[in-house]
Amino acid sequence: MDKLVIAGKEYHSRLLVGTGKYEDFVQTRAAIIASGAEIVTVAIRRTNIGQTAGEPSLLEYLPPEQFTYLPNTAGCYSAADAIRTLRLARELLDGHSLVKLEVLGDPKTLYPNVMETIAAAKVLVKEGFDVMVYTSDDPIIAKQLEDIGCCAVMPLASLIGSGMGILNPWNLQIIIENSKVPVLVDAGVGTASDAAIAMELGCQGILMNTAIAGANNPILMASAMRKAVEAGREAYLAGRMPKKLYSAAPSSPTAGMIG
Amino acid sequence: MIDQAQTTMQMIINGNLRDFELTHMTIMELVNTLNLEGKRLAIEHNGEIVPRSEFGNVILLNGDQLEIVGAVGGG
Repeated sequence: MDKLVIAGKEYHSRLLVGTGKYEDFVQTRAAIIASGAEIVTVAIRRTNIGQTAGEPSLLEYLPPEQFTYLPNTAGCYSAADAIRTLRLARELLDGHSLVKLEVLGDPKTLYPNVMETIAAAKVLVKEGFDVMVYTSDDPIIAKQLEDIGCCAVMPLASLIGSGMGILNPWNLQIIIENSKVPVLVDAGVGTASDAAIAMELGCQGILMNTAIAGANNPILMASAMRKAVEAGREAYLAGRMPKKLYSAAPSSPTAGMIG
Repeated sequence: MIDQAQTTMQMIINGNLRDFELTHMTIMELVNTLNLEGKRLAIEHNGEIVPRSEFGNVILLNGDQLEIVGAVGGG
């Protein structure tokens, strides 16, 4: 069986999904089940104090026993903030070590700050975290993050929330070719064909949120993404036919024509 | 705030100053006071993460700072 292996653990699904931007927890859960994802990202935020007791929580709709939680550092702009957030996440999730590191550089574009990302990755790996790291599509930075000991490298396809699709397949291909750890596209996928293209390039998986949550029908899009990731993976494994400008070899026999 | 014989305490919780009619309490007592019992939380006390098993042992005093966090939807 063709499985995704991250930090020594096997997963059937190569689609990882975020849990933000949905209408409510019912829709969140329905979309995530339709996506088939086993790994779901969550953010760490200050608890509402003074709100009604018994307010529902995400964890009730996505039980941590059924899903692998991937706490992220979304919204962090420094290595220090990201490290602090993930230490709290580890305590929150009972010693859970698999995390998504992302350090942003600019609130307008949400482009990653790779210098701060590298600084944070060094500390977190040393502290025993299994770090899946969000980064730019710079192959040298991706390699450095791998060398630091990150368990997965996750370059952007295009900017977070942009839905612009795979803008630099050539860089992604170089990153994939050079990497010994799984490479997952994180951010930028807009629709199913984008997911299929990323997988056909040889990505080990895709992480997305807005492409599903921002669709008119998130549950149907979640299902489309599941199929696109599977189709793209199978096409990659199958090995596509070479591209030619034209072919003098039609698919039907040239012999035995009537007349 | 100038206190004669101190009967109250103030703490900064998640960035907000809050008053309590006590001079000290444990983290566990604070969690109950805030109606957060049973919720999955992580707490940082004056910059140090406090393991959940220690909530009953750590004493909070006037001027302490706390961050109380949970998991929410995010990408």
